[in-house]
Amino acid sequence: MDRLTKDDVHPKILQRLLEDTDVTIEDALENEMILNMGPQHPATHGVLRLLLRLDGETVIGCVPDVGYLHRGYEKMAENMSYFEFIPHTDRLDYISPTANNVAWVLAVEKLAGIEVPVRAQYIRMIIAELARIASHLVAIGSFAMDVGALTVFLWTLREREKIMDIWDILCGARFTNSYTRIGGVANDAQPEALALVEKFIDEIDANLSECESLLNTNRIFIERLDGVGVISKEDALSYGFTGPNLRASGVGFDLRRATPYLQYDKVDFRIPTFTEGDSLARYFVRADEVRESAKIVKQCLQLMPKGEIKANLPKSVLPQKVEVYSKMEELIHDFMIVNFGINPPVGEVYHAIEGSKGELGFYIVSKGEGHPWKCKIRSPSFIHIQSLPHLVKGHMVSDVVAIIGSIDPIMGEADK
Amino acid sequence: MELKELISQKLNDNFVDAELEFSEFRYELSVKLNKKFINPVCKFLKEDPELEFLLCEDITAVDWAKRKNRFTVVYHIFSIKNSFRLVLKADVDENDCNIDTVSSVWKTSNWQEREVFDMYGIKFNAHPDLRRIYMPEEFEYHPLRKDFPLLGIPGSLPLPKK
Repeated sequence: MDRLTKDDVHPKILQRLLEDTDVTIEDALENEMILNMGPQHPATHGVLRLLLRLDGETVIGCVPDVGYLHRGYEKMAENMSYFEFIPHTDRLDYISPTANNVAWVLAVEKLAGIEVPVRAQYIRMIIAELARIASHLVAIGSFAMDVGALTVFLWTLREREKIMDIWDILCGARFTNSYTRIGGVANDAQPEALALVEKFIDEIDANLSECESLLNTNRIFIERLDGVGVISKEDALSYGFTGPNLRASGVGFDLRRATPYLQYDKVDFRIPTFTEGDSLARYFVRADEVRESAKIVKQCLQLMPKGEIKANLPKSVLPQKVEVYSKMEELIHDFMIVNFGINPPVGEVYHAIEGSKGELGFYIVSKGEGHPWKCKIRSPSFIHIQSLPHLVKGHMVSDVVAIIGSIDPIMGEADK
Repeated sequence: MELKELISQKLNDNFVDAELEFSEFRYELSVKLNKKFINPVCKFLKEDPELEFLLCEDITAVDWAKRKNRFTVVYHIFSIKNSFRLVLKADVDENDCNIDTVSSVWKTSNWQEREVFDMYGIKFNAHPDLRRIYMPEEFEYHPLRKDFPLLGIPGSLPLPKK
């Protein structure tokens, strides 16, 4: 096989390689070392590569490298209709797909000026909060596994499995749900699904406490996180932190309160905040949020009225499938919407929801056509990964694993 | 005074030459300004004690393809104190494809500007680390430009030799 010569490699890559591998071997004990962590490391929560500059075991510099998963979803969104993009939002943060659906349809509805029936709004709140619980359960479990506690991971995944069973009944899919539609949700929540939701919500507190009893009294777990990866309130804001990561640094900012959407102003919940800003605080915020989300779901089940689950706007809202097969008018509307799309007015909107990782926003520019002229996804994980050099500096290599777990990145979302 | 009026008044008083244009769509206030003023305006909005736009949510660009000023750089900033979101916009021409960085105002804009640079080819003056973020370093094109085809350009990424 031919070997690559210097001329075969692009000069820019060559330059970068020379910069990255700045290692001399005259005196091994006095030199810094470059360590490539990832992109396939099990603790990087996806294809994230970290270039670490080490002095012994202490990290003195870090360059995060993303983009290995980049699928160009923004470009694709510009070439498909607003409806067609709903399933693609599932693949962003694949641990809480339904919340991404909700964020996308809310942005489109804001652009098109569509008012959604109250029942559909409550159903959306329920699925968004269940998605948050599922996401936090995975976050807590995998975080614990990163620092060496495997049992908790199995227990939290057991709980998450129950949520997936709910999704299975609710929309027929366990993992990539695509349950929402522009103007409402795909179908009404079945009584058996709601019964499962109620059962899950009643049990989650006790089951989470069981997981916590393994962690909160575990000296190794606490000492590996306490004071590790500290970020101050000012730095967190400057780095664009949102969601649990920001609230762990003492800023009680939550979009469900700051810019209420759906029916969040009708339900009562607490915004958990901690002031330490370290990895342990980020874990505590997530655990507390699971309980608050359960509280919200419980209230939604009580407040949810009976009625329509889709807005009555035949020109911009897809009809129910059962009617498409039996009625001419519905068939025509379905055909028109699927083939030519809804045409929102010329304009641009940004709509963000409080996702499980932080602020998940969609910026859409419309030229009045069936597809967006421009779609930008503001993904929290992308923003959070940027702060890794700040967080890991001065810590040990083993702490890097804990710090990545504590900011809970999802590479599907970071790389879009 | 309503917050929207307060913002427009403060900006008008402090930046007379910035060619400010205010507009509103779906209750969102947006301000278009001359790109030369982006850094001082952002700094002012962040540091003014009544406004405190501490959170830079998003920076992106729009490619209008056929307009004279081909690109618009769009900033979404949020004031936690007032629970208010403001949109800043600055036009950038293809022939003079650069704008000042705001990474000295918000640290988060470092990566967001790198993303805009990678996807649209807009240079950010005085940016501390302007490199591609998603695409490989030797990639010549900017994928989110409207003239870049959806299926990519054959040969734009090197394949293994036969």
